[in-house]
Amino acid sequence: MENLESLLEQGLNAVEASTDLKQLEQVRVDYLGKKGHLTALLKTLGQLSAEERPVAGQRINDAKEQVQNAIAGKKEWLEAEAMEARLASESIDVTLPGRGRDAGGLHPVTRTLRRIEAIFGGAGYEVAEGPEIEDDHHNFEALNIPEHHPARAMHDTFYFNPGTVLRTHTSPVQIRTMENGEPPFRMICPGRVYRCDSDLTHTPMFHQVEGLLVDRYASFADLKSTIEAFLRAFFEEDLAVRFRPSYFPFTEPSAEVDIEWGRESDGSTKWLEVMGCGVVHPRVFENCGVDPEQWSGFAFGLGVERLAMLRYGVTDLRQFFENDLRFLRQFR
Amino acid sequence: MKFSEQWLREWVNPRMSSNELVEAITMAGLEVDEVEPVSGAFEGVVVGEVTAVEPHPEADKLSLCRVWDGRETLDVVCGAPNVRVGLRAPLARPGASLPGGMEIRRTEVRGQTSNGMLCAESELELSEASEGLMELASEAEAGADLRQWLQLDDQSLDVDLTPNRSDCLSIRGVARDLGALTEEPFEDLVLDPVPAVHSEIPSIRVDAAAACPRYVGRIIRNVNVAVETPVWMQERLRRSGIRSIDPVVDVTNYVMLELGQPMHAFDRAHVQGGIVVRMASEGEKLTLLDGQELTLGTDNLVIADHSKPVALAGIMGGEGSGVSEHTRDIVLESAFFDPVRLAGKARAHGLHTDSSHRFERGVDWRLQRAATERATALLLSIVGGEPGEVIEVVSEQHLPAQQTVHLREERVNTVLGMTIDRTTTEEILARLGLRVVHLYRDGWEVEVPSFRFDIALEVDLIEEIGRIYGYNRMPVTEPEGRLRLSAEPESRRPMDRVRDHLVALGYQEAITYSFISPEQQKQVTPEAEGIELANPISADMAVMRSSLWPGLLETLAYNQKRQQHRVRLFETGLRFERKDQSIEQEGMLSALLSGPVASENWVNGNREVDFYDAKGDLESLGAMLGQSFSFARERHPALHPGQSARVYSGGQPVGWIGTLHPGIQKSLDLNGNVCLYELSLEAVLNGHVPHFKAFSKFPEVRRDLAMLVDEETEWAAVENVAREAAGELLTGLRVFDVYQGEHVKEGFRSLALSLFWQHPERTLGDAEVQELLDGVTNALSTRLGAQLRS
Repeated sequence: MENLESLLEQGLNAVEASTDLKQLEQVRVDYLGKKGHLTALLKTLGQLSAEERPVAGQRINDAKEQVQNAIAGKKEWLEAEAMEARLASESIDVTLPGRGRDAGGLHPVTRTLRRIEAIFGGAGYEVAEGPEIEDDHHNFEALNIPEHHPARAMHDTFYFNPGTVLRTHTSPVQIRTMENGEPPFRMICPGRVYRCDSDLTHTPMFHQVEGLLVDRYASFADLKSTIEAFLRAFFEEDLAVRFRPSYFPFTEPSAEVDIEWGRESDGSTKWLEVMGCGVVHPRVFENCGVDPEQWSGFAFGLGVERLAMLRYGVTDLRQFFENDLRFLRQFR
Repeated sequence: MKFSEQWLREWVNPRMSSNELVEAITMAGLEVDEVEPVSGAFEGVVVGEVTAVEPHPEADKLSLCRVWDGRETLDVVCGAPNVRVGLRAPLARPGASLPGGMEIRRTEVRGQTSNGMLCAESELELSEASEGLMELASEAEAGADLRQWLQLDDQSLDVDLTPNRSDCLSIRGVARDLGALTEEPFEDLVLDPVPAVHSEIPSIRVDAAAACPRYVGRIIRNVNVAVETPVWMQERLRRSGIRSIDPVVDVTNYVMLELGQPMHAFDRAHVQGGIVVRMASEGEKLTLLDGQELTLGTDNLVIADHSKPVALAGIMGGEGSGVSEHTRDIVLESAFFDPVRLAGKARAHGLHTDSSHRFERGVDWRLQRAATERATALLLSIVGGEPGEVIEVVSEQHLPAQQTVHLREERVNTVLGMTIDRTTTEEILARLGLRVVHLYRDGWEVEVPSFRFDIALEVDLIEEIGRIYGYNRMPVTEPEGRLRLSAEPESRRPMDRVRDHLVALGYQEAITYSFISPEQQKQVTPEAEGIELANPISADMAVMRSSLWPGLLETLAYNQKRQQHRVRLFETGLRFERKDQSIEQEGMLSALLSGPVASENWVNGNREVDFYDAKGDLESLGAMLGQSFSFARERHPALHPGQSARVYSGGQPVGWIGTLHPGIQKSLDLNGNVCLYELSLEAVLNGHVPHFKAFSKFPEVRRDLAMLVDEETEWAAVENVAREAAGELLTGLRVFDVYQGEHVKEGFRSLALSLFWQHPERTLGDAEVQELLDGVTNALSTRLGAQLRS
């Protein structure tokens, strides 16, 4: 028992001297383990008298507790130190780029189409699609453009044989929808269309969206509000819009739509033509089995690339079909 | 339709500036495409009269001229070949400025003083090109300011007319519309008959009355074609884009511009016997005045004499029968040809003339006699001559019927969406020359004038009312509609999800032309019968694509040439295939991968993409859509025969996947590996509605297995046998290693599988799992000769 004090001191010193958890564990085994120095002292208690035993036992247990506390404190300290060391060693350069894959992107025409579909979709216009190789009936006849009509010359049609053409507009989809359904109708038909024309401002293929609304009383005034609201929603700007009388065989009255787009050199408003529209011609209704005395409607058509060019500042129409990745990647 | 603003203002002259006038007619539907000054900007140019011409002592091609400017005679050096004594030409005196800002000064030309410059038309921007000096008419007074003398403070308006507005293919028609629009009075011409001074009349026989319901002719004897067309007429023609030819042709063109009636003048001496209007006989020949020889068919209407055709009716005159310098007597023609029967005929011969343009769209069918009188009066004042009787051959039954249209007030309001009062409607109709012949309780009966070919229905009148009232004055109202819910089939996948998924996988969407070259077509789908365009824009856009791959390959080549090496593209769109007699147009999704797996990076490897990258993307797409695709080794002409597979969905072939055939890759000059896939959109988008199945609460057990199999044995075969043998408790099966090389004998490969089992109602014991695993091992060994790898 005489050496308890020195054992305790040695033990505490050993704890203090430990530099890692392994050493500390060894200290614990050496002093507190089954065969440890302090444990061994407990075993000598049997040699003492019954009066001395509790006092000595108490002293040994106190010593054990002191060593235990010292070990716990030291352990906590060593663990904290180890964590810090680990964290320090695991530090990385967070500014290096990640391992992710490259992002792709949608074609600007698709992006624009989605926007148009969303704007009209909100008002209940459904999207309809149709074939691109069309018959003469749907592309022309049913739309009140008989053979040899001078309006056909406006279309620069690609044809396969006299009765089969590449659709020159997506209006045939309206015909198909009206032929196969019952009014009222509210629809837009997006898609590829083809004209035999290729120069700086024309590509032989481009995209069009045709819209149609048929209801009991749909008027030119209703058409005006629809077009104006659409253009303002599309460009997110309170644009001036004007309607210029024009001619399409499938609508009457017909109009071209111009939007205000900056100023001319003399300071006057610069107008840009962006769409065509009109009140559905009664012959078109008759051709589709819709009674023009009971129903009225309006239709409109717009060039998707044209709107995309204005919206995104593209100046060369042909770039849409060159698919240069440096062009395409800008529309994410 | 191009014309001079001055000329128009002679007919109707609203108090508005030029810009306002252009805006007004544009907003009435006569879109002004171009406004250009009728001459360049110049000042100080006067009429000069050449009084003497001598050769320049130092230069062969130059002349020394004396030019009278009304006040003094100036020495002017001139290089034009047509300079001569008596000539009147524009003279730019010192101090004058010419178009482009050139200032004229007194100068020396090879030692000779020149006090100004005699000008050519092109130097004053009166024409684009000209030879020699501009020759002014002899009545031009020396010293007169050229701008004033030629009334050059004017501009040409080019109106892009829509095909329905044939009534505006004349000054008179445009003026009528402008009058209606501005409420300015429109002064129509008074066309008094010119009395005959002799009794000679042309012999006219119309055999094709349906095509030519009215033919008016008149002989004018003893005309003097040597005279010059007056400057005012030449100028009006020029400002309308028509070149002066000779006084007779000029007059017929002038009347066409003024009134809209195309006319023709024959040299009477070259019309044998008389005029016959008939259909051509098959194979009949006619040489036109532009020298082109046509072979006619029975659908061509001709003006013939008693031996041969002398003109292609309503399109162009024939060679040799027109007016020449030897002409003494002329026969004037003014006809109405049926627009429907003339439609497309000029174009069929590759022709398009001012005359055919008008006849195809409709010429006022009551105008012929008046136009003849107008032309006669003009001719007499220019070339003189003696007019005979006007002969008119008419078939009333073939003329357009005099139509009336019932216009209902209520309908006007419904279509336009506003109330237009009766008086306004009536005023608009009147100003447009649309006469109300009867008043009803609900509206009007309106007579369609003979110059309007675009009015037959009530709505045609409503449009006119709206147009003149002004589209932009009309109200704006929001449409009222019925709210109808739409069908929304859940098993149908939205196209946008497919696109978005591919974009997330790193693909860039492309849109390529639907037509490709026959060579591209042959290369990718040699067995497909090309669907050829009859009129392609070019040889490399001549057939409809039977696959979207050629467009993507071309896009790859385009981008590789521009240093873009990591390329992932997709496109959706139709492909076109001939199936029996019909053409099938099928929506496809097509994709291409090329270049490194990832763009160059500090951590990822720079491996080139291969078949399995493509397949992985395709499987990912399938997983996202709830589709399971299967793949079978099959050959495709565009793909590497060892690296191509047909894609199946539900047992049906739906597409292809593979590595581009090295032969094609080489011929397209493409770098690196190129992988492709193409799927039918229908197969991709057509999914199913999910149905929930309860899953087990008990643990799943995994066992791994490494087997040696013959290298010819496909994974699919191993998978099928393993699945079958593993029983219905199998919940998963994966291959996690494929190895060939050291420690694996030649001709074999090692496949490492992991199998997962799970029982719905209890935990599986080790013994049962071992039994299941042994079952798989045995099946693989007995059915595929596989050996367990130790």
